[in-house]
Amino acid sequence: MNKHVSPKMNRRAFVVGTAAVGAGLAIGLDLPFGGPAMVRAADGSPEVNAWVVVKPDDTVVIRIARSEMGQGSLTGLAQLVAEELECDWSKVTTEYPTPGQSVARKRAWGDFSTGGSRGIRSSQDYVRKGGATARVMLIEAAANEWKVPASECTVAKGVITHKASGKTTTYGKVAEAAAKLTPPAEVKLKDPKDWTIAGKGLLRLDTADKTNGKMIYGIDVKLPGMLNAAIKDCPVFGGKLKSYDEAKITGMKGVKKVVKVGDTAVAVVADTWWHAKTALDALPIVWDEGENAKVSSESIAKWLAEGLNNDQPAYVGNKNGDVKAAIAGAAKKVEAVYNYPYQNHATMEPMNATALYTADKCEVWCGTQNGEAVFAAVLEASGLPAEKCDMYKVMPGGGFGRRGQTDYVRQAVLIAKEMPGTPVKLLWSREEDMAHGRYHPITQCKMTGAFDADNNLVALHYRLSGQSILFSLRPEALQNGMDPAAFQGVAQSGEAAIGYSVPNLLVEHAMRNPHVPPGFWRGVNVNHNAIYMECFMDELAHSVGQDPLEFRRKLMGKNPKHLAVLNAVAEKIGWDKPAPQGIYRGIAQVMGYGSYVAGAAEISVTEGNKIKVLRIVASTDPGYVVNPAQVERQIAGSFVYGLSALFYGGCTVKDGKIEQTNFDTFNSMRINEMPKVESVMVPSGGFWGGVGEPTIGVAAPAVLNAYFAATGKRIRSVPLRDQNITFA
Amino acid sequence: MANLTINGKTFTLDVEPDTPLLWAIRENAGLTGTKYGCGIAQCGACTVHMDGVAMRSCGVSVSEAEGKKITTIEGLASGDTLHKVQAAWIAKDVPQCGYCQSGMIMAVAALLAEKPKPTDADIDEAITNICRCGTFQQVREAIHTIASA
Repeated sequence: MNKHVSPKMNRRAFVVGTAAVGAGLAIGLDLPFGGPAMVRAADGSPEVNAWVVVKPDDTVVIRIARSEMGQGSLTGLAQLVAEELECDWSKVTTEYPTPGQSVARKRAWGDFSTGGSRGIRSSQDYVRKGGATARVMLIEAAANEWKVPASECTVAKGVITHKASGKTTTYGKVAEAAAKLTPPAEVKLKDPKDWTIAGKGLLRLDTADKTNGKMIYGIDVKLPGMLNAAIKDCPVFGGKLKSYDEAKITGMKGVKKVVKVGDTAVAVVADTWWHAKTALDALPIVWDEGENAKVSSESIAKWLAEGLNNDQPAYVGNKNGDVKAAIAGAAKKVEAVYNYPYQNHATMEPMNATALYTADKCEVWCGTQNGEAVFAAVLEASGLPAEKCDMYKVMPGGGFGRRGQTDYVRQAVLIAKEMPGTPVKLLWSREEDMAHGRYHPITQCKMTGAFDADNNLVALHYRLSGQSILFSLRPEALQNGMDPAAFQGVAQSGEAAIGYSVPNLLVEHAMRNPHVPPGFWRGVNVNHNAIYMECFMDELAHSVGQDPLEFRRKLMGKNPKHLAVLNAVAEKIGWDKPAPQGIYRGIAQVMGYGSYVAGAAEISVTEGNKIKVLRIVASTDPGYVVNPAQVERQIAGSFVYGLSALFYGGCTVKDGKIEQTNFDTFNSMRINEMPKVESVMVPSGGFWGGVGEPTIGVAAPAVLNAYFAATGKRIRSVPLRDQNITFA
Repeated sequence: MANLTINGKTFTLDVEPDTPLLWAIRENAGLTGTKYGCGIAQCGACTVHMDGVAMRSCGVSVSEAEGKKITTIEGLASGDTLHKVQAAWIAKDVPQCGYCQSGMIMAVAALLAEKPKPTDADIDEAITNICRCGTFQQVREAIHTIASA
């Protein structure tokens, strides 16, 4: 099975992965929140602190380290800072500090990584403190000027008042003085119950330019003298570039240079991208495809299926009781095997980055979910030290996990290095983007449930076989070889804990890593784990003639937060009343990214294979809701992404290559296929869960369970297009 | 060389006649609001108006576009006055990443020019753009808001 694991590929992934995870560690700086006391913004306005700049006209610039990619975190984080700052929301703007600036200031802005639904939940505490600290300093500056105690001053919407003397001033007028003060050692954050800016469904701060063509995405970056590059990487992962016949294209219009990129790719640089792409398509290329060219979807499926056998080694992720004994002694046994395919992120904007390399500087402009990872990639690819590198974030046309990786950045820098002094924009074609994703991992799962004579579930054996993301991208995060993230949604405890209590439980993972590189794909391992567990729960319920909701409820007594969201969707969809004639329901729940979510769908099915999704209800308990309007959009969007993958997605492998090349073979839902998603937010407080990803987990199982209710047919394989099931 | 009329202006561009209009607009005319998504007229990110009709500009050659009135997202507003679709998109907070929205807005503007009060069925038939963020719910609501204004 050696052909399924490409050691070369993994070694490279290890180097890049290590650098990408701990940009601070890689650069030798990991001291958060230090730096000089008084710094000025580019226009000379004083920084009150790293997070807050107040201009003389009272405009408040809030610095955002995490990436906006459509999910709304930029607005949500600004709301949290503004809430504590007590500024005028109508005067708030935002800006991104660069990773280079952050490193130069001892990582003043902390982590830039924007994945795992962490954008808000993992930085809410220190950005709120940033806002509160600035407020205290601004008030103190006014009090000093007035020679009154700060405790006698109040502030509202950026206007500071000393009631006794009747004096007022604004943040803009005292910012200069405030910036010179020593920050308070401790600040008290507001109780979320008292929020007036956070917690509200305010409009996003970044919408206008997305409606008039002015928003600059990576693909739109223009620099003086810039050239454009198109690239082809060996279509078989792990293969190499053998040769290319440059002479065939040197005379073509606009072509400036043909560049070998690493060991695996070739790029054409031209005046325009269209010229570059046209010439690249005409370039004869010979690949050394290597052993992986023998791999197909069929060989991967066979290898994974072997991993379902109990005699094969597996990592135990969650265990109680004695599953094997309980199953052996059970009155009744139910078994099923499911599978979930590779999925491409297919962001609307294909991967791209613009790089400018000179002997003493390397700069990159691109959309990314992790500015520090890009920074680390720029350092590594350019060979220049941190103080000579920087990267500038622009709006990404979608992320979904793909833009947490930096493969395209490395390529852009390597190309630019061949043309010192000339900025080069590298843009992947959609075909290149489909061929070189970091795919949702492929898995299979065999589940065995056992009942006693009274139809009580006494054992559940959940055996995964398949790919580990961490093995490829973050091997240092493996625990004695085990990938703890593989158990997202079925873990014993933590932010992705199982919601059911079964007396005898065994959750295990036979890790098998095919050569196709896996990545973090919106929802990550929750996607398949939620399908496996929630569809199988449905199977178990039906096998003993019980209602799927009631069956789940009986197993959820010890997990009241899981149960609460399940009950919320059940109530909203009207589970206690029969569905209207010809309409069928399915329900599912899961926990991921620290949030409890549930979903229910109503569908109709015609001719046995044409599904109309009529209604979707989704519930989430993320602890706190910073912007309900944006949470609602993330929930709805997660269903579009999840159901697109269920119906139309799935990437297959032939001769070691991904077969799907564009949206004609990797389709995505359209407006006519998507009903309104009715969101039910039940934030219970006391913890901070994520929002962008969790609900995607319940999208597919809710619809699959409804399909069973409608047809009596159990679907255990994704995507539905492979089973001739489509939208009506 | 090709002469293209884009947003009321004539551009004389150094492009081959078979160049897709999308790339002539983006790289030669320098109007980057129109986006590349697939290059095979599947996703609609590159939608522009040609003589008022919504067209996927990646599938139209420069030679086919010559002599036509082309409108891109940059030319949709009348001076400082936003087109009603743009205004509704802002009021209803429609875009997420926004990358597909230039094409989405152009497609919706063409629909509303033809059918000022579209039904859900009209919307389903006319709007076939891909949005991976999944803004369809807000798109539909915004269209109905405009139609009922």
